[in-house]
Amino acid sequence: MVRYLATRLASAIATLVGITILIFLAMRVLPGDPLAQISTEGQGQYRLSPAELQRARASLGLDQPLYVQYGGWLLDIARGDLGRSFWRGEPIRDLILRRAPITSEIALIAIVLSWIIGIPIGSYSAIHHNRKGDLLIRGILTFLTAVPSFWLGLTLVLIGILYFNWRPPLTIIYFWDDWRGNIQIVIGPAIALGLGLSAITARMTRSSVLEILYDDHVRTARSKGLGERIIIIRHVLRLALLPVITLSGLALGGLLGGSVAVERAFGVPGLGLALVQALNERDWMVIQNLVLLYGVLYTVINFLVDMSYAWLDPRIRYG
Amino acid sequence: MATSAPPSPRAITGAVRPASLFVQWGRSIARGARRAPLGVVSAIILISIAIVAITATDIAPFDPLKTNFAQTRKPPTALHLLGTDNLGRDSFSRLIHGARITLFVAVTSVIIGDLTGFVLGLLSGYLGKTFDLITQRILEVLLAFPTLILAMLLLIGLGAGLRTVIIAIAVTRVPGTCRVVRSVVLSVREYQFVEAARAMGASPWRIMWRHVAPQCVAPWLVLVTVNLGSAIFAEASLSFLGIGIQPPAPSWGNMLGGVLAEAFKPPWWLVLFPGLTITITVLCCNLLGDSLRDLLDPRIRKRLA
Repeated sequence: MVRYLATRLASAIATLVGITILIFLAMRVLPGDPLAQISTEGQGQYRLSPAELQRARASLGLDQPLYVQYGGWLLDIARGDLGRSFWRGEPIRDLILRRAPITSEIALIAIVLSWIIGIPIGSYSAIHHNRKGDLLIRGILTFLTAVPSFWLGLTLVLIGILYFNWRPPLTIIYFWDDWRGNIQIVIGPAIALGLGLSAITARMTRSSVLEILYDDHVRTARSKGLGERIIIIRHVLRLALLPVITLSGLALGGLLGGSVAVERAFGVPGLGLALVQALNERDWMVIQNLVLLYGVLYTVINFLVDMSYAWLDPRIRYG
Repeated sequence: MATSAPPSPRAITGAVRPASLFVQWGRSIARGARRAPLGVVSAIILISIAIVAITATDIAPFDPLKTNFAQTRKPPTALHLLGTDNLGRDSFSRLIHGARITLFVAVTSVIIGDLTGFVLGLLSGYLGKTFDLITQRILEVLLAFPTLILAMLLLIGLGAGLRTVIIAIAVTRVPGTCRVVRSVVLSVREYQFVEAARAMGASPWRIMWRHVAPQCVAPWLVLVTVNLGSAIFAEASLSFLGIGIQPPAPSWGNMLGGVLAEAFKPPWWLVLFPGLTITITVLCCNLLGDSLRDLLDPRIRKRLA
């Protein structure tokens, strides 16, 4: 286990370094520098004379060699300083701390929702496999996996406005300040993301339960005369749900990407909306560090999922 | 007489003539079609959408860019089948022209991305060693982002535009494809017919392309079909967020994005139809991929028979 952990950790760290290089290349090298983008030198609208540009570059450190800029960026991150928003001057760390609770709450509720909906449906489908109910459920699940979550979000907003005179609040309200207001903000995006995820969870549960349903130990339990309900709960689900829960971790990574578009659909002020806003304003420091945050989170989640697999399944750790 | 003529090499080896090969293909496709009716339906729907996209200029009743301020936000009528948007543009025509752009982006990006992935996977699986190590490290970095975030990052670097959207989506398709092809190559490489070819003195290049590559085509095709759906989804998401296909050119994604400006009373027809079109298209790609996988994978095929 220790050896597996060490190699896996080394590769995760290599990936993290790779992430920073890729982000830096995309932000600084491909388009010219950020100032060129917002000024008329590139595609932007701001009229700056060459002298002004030069001064602005110097003040932002953009006139230094690339490796100095890259090193400086890494040092700043190591010190916990993520820089400031180019347009608002707000420290990016504050921006992240302010908005992250909303996005994490959405992701968390979406995952719990996917368990509540997906696991019972998947188990039912597996237990009654190839019967009418199962076929119907599988049809619905296949359809649901093709529905874009941001469209689902837009539809929910539309239904809310047209039929319930409700619209998603556009301000940040934390759970610990006013839980009613907070739920109003996060519940819509959580449902939009959670429904698609439920379909995936249900499919996973179904195949996982099916695999175990005909195992020897289940047959033994049956021949002992145990009731079907006890067999399912104690001997099948307990085993079948482990991989489902772990895979939800992976889905959490996918949610990070999906939540950007869903937050936009609802206008919920989470991290995703901040990223979209920064993209449209070309607020490069915000983009750079938010994308880094997403990459790091995704890598850490994948690492933890791998670890939990290795912990659960000895074949991986010695493989 | 003809009997004295030496038999052709083909007659000896029992290989089929090209003409009957086509017949054979036709038969196996027909057999597959009977076994996977859902796949056939999906294929037909996808082909129809493709035809609509190709002939967009001929079938669209209106100019998709022409604004008409006397006819803004009109619900569906006989004249405007799917209603009009906030600039009075005909939604139906925009959807048809949007199909052209969306499908063009999806198809080209999947072709570019999946071919790159195929070649990289083949080389990396067969050559191994340093090449494999470097490729896998780079792909790991690409895989370290959620797909949409990676595409966004590339779009910032490359700037918005049709070509850059295609490239950005293509890049996100490479790592997955490469991994699948590589894993197939790793197992095929150990087969006896590959060993036999090596023993006969075939060059690594020839073994790779003539013996190993054909074995990877079936799983690759399944991936291409499913990736087509993902690419449509990616284009829709990016354009919805305003960083993909730029208005006024219509795409399925930016038609939905346009609704965001109507925060006070979004017209339902502008939300419903583009989204439904995306869903149906992605659904058909997934179903076709599922059917192809069932038909092409011998292990599953045996179970079905």
